[in-house]
Amino acid sequence: MSERTLYDKVWDEHTVTELPTGQTQLFVGLHLIHEVTSPQAFGMLGERDMEVAYPDLTHATVDHIVPTADQSRPFDDDAAEEMMSELEQNVRDSGIEFDDPTTGDQGIVHVIGPEQGLTEPGTTIVCGDSHTSTHGAFGALAFGIGTSQIRDVLATQTVAMEKKKVRKIEVTGDLGPGVGAKDVILTIIRKLGVDGGVGYVYEYAGEAIESLDMEGRMSICNMSIEGGARAGYVNPDETTYEWLRETDAFRDDPEKFEAHKEYWESITSDADAEYDDVVTINGDEIEPVVTWGTTPGQGIGVTEAIPEPDALPADKQETARGSQEHMRVEPGETMQGYDIDVAFLGSCTNARLPDLRAAADVVDGREVDSSVRAMVVPGSQRVKEAAEAEGLDETFREAGFEWRGAGCSMCLGMNEDQLEGDQACASSSNRNFVGRQGSKEGRTVLMSPVMVAAAAITGEVTDVRELPEVAVQ
Amino acid sequence: MSEEVVETVERVTGSGIPVRGNDIDTDQVIPARFMKVITFDGLGEFAFFDQRFDDEDNEKDHPMNEERFRDASVMVVNANFGCGSSREHAPQALMRWGIDALIGESFAEIFAGNCLALGIPTVTADHETVSEIQAWTESNPDDDIEIDVADETVRYGDHEVTVTVDEAQRRALVDGVWDTTALMQSNSGAVAETAAGLPYLDD
Ligand code: SF4
Repeated sequence: MSERTLYDKVWDEHTVTELPTGQTQLFVGLHLIHEVTSPQAFGMLGERDMEVAYPDLTHATVDHIVPTADQSRPFDDDAAEEMMSELEQNVRDSGIEFDDPTTGDQGIVHVIGPEQGLTEPGTTIVCGDSHTSTHGAFGALAFGIGTSQIRDVLATQTVAMEKKKVRKIEVTGDLGPGVGAKDVILTIIRKLGVDGGVGYVYEYAGEAIESLDMEGRMSICNMSIEGGARAGYVNPDETTYEWLRETDAFRDDPEKFEAHKEYWESITSDADAEYDDVVTINGDEIEPVVTWGTTPGQGIGVTEAIPEPDALPADKQETARGSQEHMRVEPGETMQGYDIDVAFLGSCTNARLPDLRAAADVVDGREVDSSVRAMVVPGSQRVKEAAEAEGLDETFREAGFEWRGAGCSMCLGMNEDQLEGDQACASSSNRNFVGRQGSKEGRTVLMSPVMVAAAAITGEVTDVRELPEVAVQ
Repeated sequence: MSEEVVETVERVTGSGIPVRGNDIDTDQVIPARFMKVITFDGLGEFAFFDQRFDDEDNEKDHPMNEERFRDASVMVVNANFGCGSSREHAPQALMRWGIDALIGESFAEIFAGNCLALGIPTVTADHETVSEIQAWTESNPDDDIEIDVADETVRYGDHEVTVTVDEAQRRALVDGVWDTTALMQSNSGAVAETAAGLPYLDD
């Protein structure tokens, strides 16, 4: 069993008691909710005549179903409007703060928490959304929960959980040019498998992780769940503290900042902490990664050949065959040159300001290929505003990208942004499951924001490191 | 406050249905477009929808479309079933279709947790054992499989095999404490104490 890791310390700090099931009743410091998974929980609460116990510790946003073109009410889609109204009703009745689109603070739940300073090191954070692991980038213990557990949190501000093992994943060395956080996490998932993290929480460490900005760390923690781990975290350090200092929570309150910082520093993993497992990955060797299949574990370096299913472990062969058939790719070839129809730059994995900046750098002075529909969907209204202040929207528009409003958008087929027919999409999101982007025949290729930008320009999967220089105008 | 009446789930008996494949994600169990609803009612008919129907709503080859499995209540699956999205809509859809228990090689954690919250056991066995049960259900679609959660065994035909039930899950189901809300609410004093001890909740 792990000892003296951040996970152990935060777990102990939040333990209420042990339940008869052997599970721990864990206090929840921050509960985030959105429109898709919460209405049924409020319904269950109502059926039992219960009230929200700690409304101040729950925070709501709307992201999955919001249109990203025209957000005026009522929404065109009746089902979306109904979900929105239901959420409005629930937060009003319970006294929960809600960042609706009129506030300027709306956005994807895993983008708005950190940017407002709601996400703090050493806290426990839950949300009815598997990518809640994102918040672990700050050294929070953050995990996705189901709707019945949302009911528990609303009613008691606690969840019943079993303690997991801790695997330290050390990424050594320096990431090369054109290589970023997304490539690191896709490499980790490929190495450890989509179920390699079941039963574990991942602690990401090593120079390559420590040298990442907060947004990069969020991209990594975000996809912990794609590796089967319910939570992932990075120990907080100066990068974390500097980021937090500038958020709403602390900007005007240096005393509160110092007081909290003392706690944050106390919960980091000790130098002699014990782990259940340690894995080391050489960051120098990572190249831009793209997926060739229909699970996030089916990734390869952009210059590598798509594997022969027979050469994979026995339990992965059949899935691989099905994936290759769906994607229409041939083993032995690389993914370079794979035609794409849509370029999607968005989602809670990669739609924060540095993601947009890096992609804008690539598209600056270039033009989107005529066969491609390219879109940028900022992760939140604040990201959008900040990007516009820097003129990134102009850069994207001039190149031929659509510049849209904040939301989950084409990450999943729950709003009007969807793939059609068998379109292939270069996507900065986190899931390439069949049907995920709204079309059963749709084909998703996961990659980093700069790789999405490169694919948009050439109309095919392209090594961003090889994109020819733009002629000086 | 209403008194909770929680049933115990020591045993589940019913005919089986095999759904084969590793890494079946919850986007397949219930596609996102069917989640634009504010209650779980009616989700049953959409379980595995895109695997069961083509674009024109014609039935495709899928065990859930086969008449002989219509009354099944034990789903027999392979490895890493229920990975991906945390949507409780997935077990809700299966439950509303008629599934009371799952036997598989392994389950994604959030999925298994969501099942537990509904009183649905997710028991595991190795690849060979699971494959044998799947094959058996094909030839004996009307015969019962009995999952004994307390004893960690599965009986079908003249076979009895040992399965694994996660310890917390076993206790929760057998002792009838899988519905945690009331239980945890009764500790509200201790909850307030824990909250008071947290240095970041000072304001
Ligand atoms: S952006 Fe995608 S992964 Fe993230 S919360 Fe939205 S739907 Fe989920």
